[in-house]
Amino acid sequence: MPEQLVFAMEVFLNGLMAGVLYALVALGFVLIYKASGIFNYAQGVMALFSAMTLVGIMEGQVPFSHLINAMLGTHVHHFGWHLPAVLGILLTMVVMVGLAWLVQVVIFRHLVNQEPIILFMATIGLAYFMEGFGDLMWGAEIKKLDVGLPQGINLWIDETTFNIFDYGFFIDNLDIVATIIAALLVGVLVAFSQYTKQGRAMRAVADDHQAALSVGVSLSFIWVMVWSVAGFVALVAGIMWGTKSGVQFSLSLIALKALPVLMLGGFTSIPGAIVGGLIIGVGEKLFEFALGPIIGGATENWFAYVLALVFLVFRPQGLFGDKIIERV
Amino acid sequence: MLDQEQGYVTADGRQIGGTVMDMRNITLRFGGVTAIKDISFDIREGEIRAIIGPNGAGKSSMLNVISGFYVPQEGDVYFRGQKRAPMRPYEVARQGIARTFQNIALFEGMSVLDNVMTGRLTQMKAGILSQALWRGKAEKEEVENREICEKVIDFLEIQHIRKTPVARLPYGLKKRVELARALASEPKLLLLDEPMAGMNVEEKEDMSRFILDVNDEFGTTIALIEHDMGVVMDLSDRVVVMDYGRKIGDGTPDEVRNNQEVIDAYLGVSHD
Repeated sequence: MPEQLVFAMEVFLNGLMAGVLYALVALGFVLIYKASGIFNYAQGVMALFSAMTLVGIMEGQVPFSHLINAMLGTHVHHFGWHLPAVLGILLTMVVMVGLAWLVQVVIFRHLVNQEPIILFMATIGLAYFMEGFGDLMWGAEIKKLDVGLPQGINLWIDETTFNIFDYGFFIDNLDIVATIIAALLVGVLVAFSQYTKQGRAMRAVADDHQAALSVGVSLSFIWVMVWSVAGFVALVAGIMWGTKSGVQFSLSLIALKALPVLMLGGFTSIPGAIVGGLIIGVGEKLFEFALGPIIGGATENWFAYVLALVFLVFRPQGLFGDKIIERV
Repeated sequence: MLDQEQGYVTADGRQIGGTVMDMRNITLRFGGVTAIKDISFDIREGEIRAIIGPNGAGKSSMLNVISGFYVPQEGDVYFRGQKRAPMRPYEVARQGIARTFQNIALFEGMSVLDNVMTGRLTQMKAGILSQALWRGKAEKEEVENREICEKVIDFLEIQHIRKTPVARLPYGLKKRVELARALASEPKLLLLDEPMAGMNVEEKEDMSRFILDVNDEFGTTIALIEHDMGVVMDLSDRVVVMDYGRKIGDGTPDEVRNNQEVIDAYLGVSHD
């Protein structure tokens, strides 16, 4: 097999796995948008916040320690315990559910029936608030997150591909685990929304508020639930990215990568978020591989957005989004 | 003919029970406009009760008060003997009051079966955790609820469109699906907001037959709004007539038909 093609295969596989992570972030957007019509700009910050909280809880950090110390003149920083990852994740999930409830009660309960742009502005505010609040609570320094996920090159794939192609693929174990977890998560989400009472109520709210009320669905309960699920998805994304490159501010910027994914896949489609994520992941890696050296590299920074622009021109509803039909 | 506790026997020999819903001196205002002015009436177990009146008479507002979408400024609502505190529409639905809408409010993206299944939401008990884990009780419940929905679907003769997305159905069938969804919750009181609006003669006849059958087969108490006098008179046991937010008549179809105020409201009065 020609050498270039073998390289391209490796790039393709790595692109798929990067795409899974994009899809994970996009999924959080789709969930909230479908159920409440809110485009949640804060989804990326939620991933950052959840990862910070997870590190803080596992390391036994005292929340708001800087604030407490500055006000009371004390020197508390740690409770002095280290919690296992599973417990940490569970506790973080409790925090995210609490956050979902607060967001509903403090912000969106008062904005029912407002214009989408106003809801969007509210989420921008929420994003900045959460970013600052997270720093205040856990400190702004870069943190290392280790929940025991395997990292580093997968030797089995390296050896196998070496035996076949005379060239060993570099595939990170973390990417493989992330792919499996994301696939499981999507499966669980689909099963939940299709076959359970709460899932059905969630779809009902997404479809028609008035009708949902008439069959006994509490809108605010469903919204808290959806924000909690989105918080959970953010936590999973936060763990993956946080493990990969540390828990730091740049983690919240993955939300920006989710935008082109959404334009490709459509804002209302769960399968769209996944396929869109994969296309962007593979597309930007292959593009960089094939044309990067010719046009000076660093194409990964802009390729996704240009692809999204092309889609906006030719297929504005995305691959799977609801078709826009205007009756005259 | 009316006995507060014993109920009454209809012209066609059906036994009507005690009071299910009692509206007492209801007044509803929107800003300076009074949509409903001091109206009282009751709905009895097993009867078909109609609210009629010309456009803008306040019929839909009255239905929205019963189903909790509007909260009246004055007056009390008694449901099954209990005074009802102001509550949200979903809480009213959970008490066993199902409704349909004048302009059809279905879940357009879902199949007919899924739409009807949402009618069972109030009856499902399994908690969020057992649902998420899909175990024992939740699975059994899902199967039982599915059976009830299939029965309702058979009854309303919409088996052939069970899997069709609602958005693709014609108007008349959508109305029937909406009725099926309301019926699936096994309501103690079923509210129908203009069930025959916008239908052709044949569809109206079908719908009338289904309403009568539902009442006959399940003994469902039904309150409906209609402004087509002919249909209502054939269908209902007792009729409330509204005009400009006031009650101008209440009684059997025959009594109402001969009420001078009702005749005036419908035919107009000369002002000379």
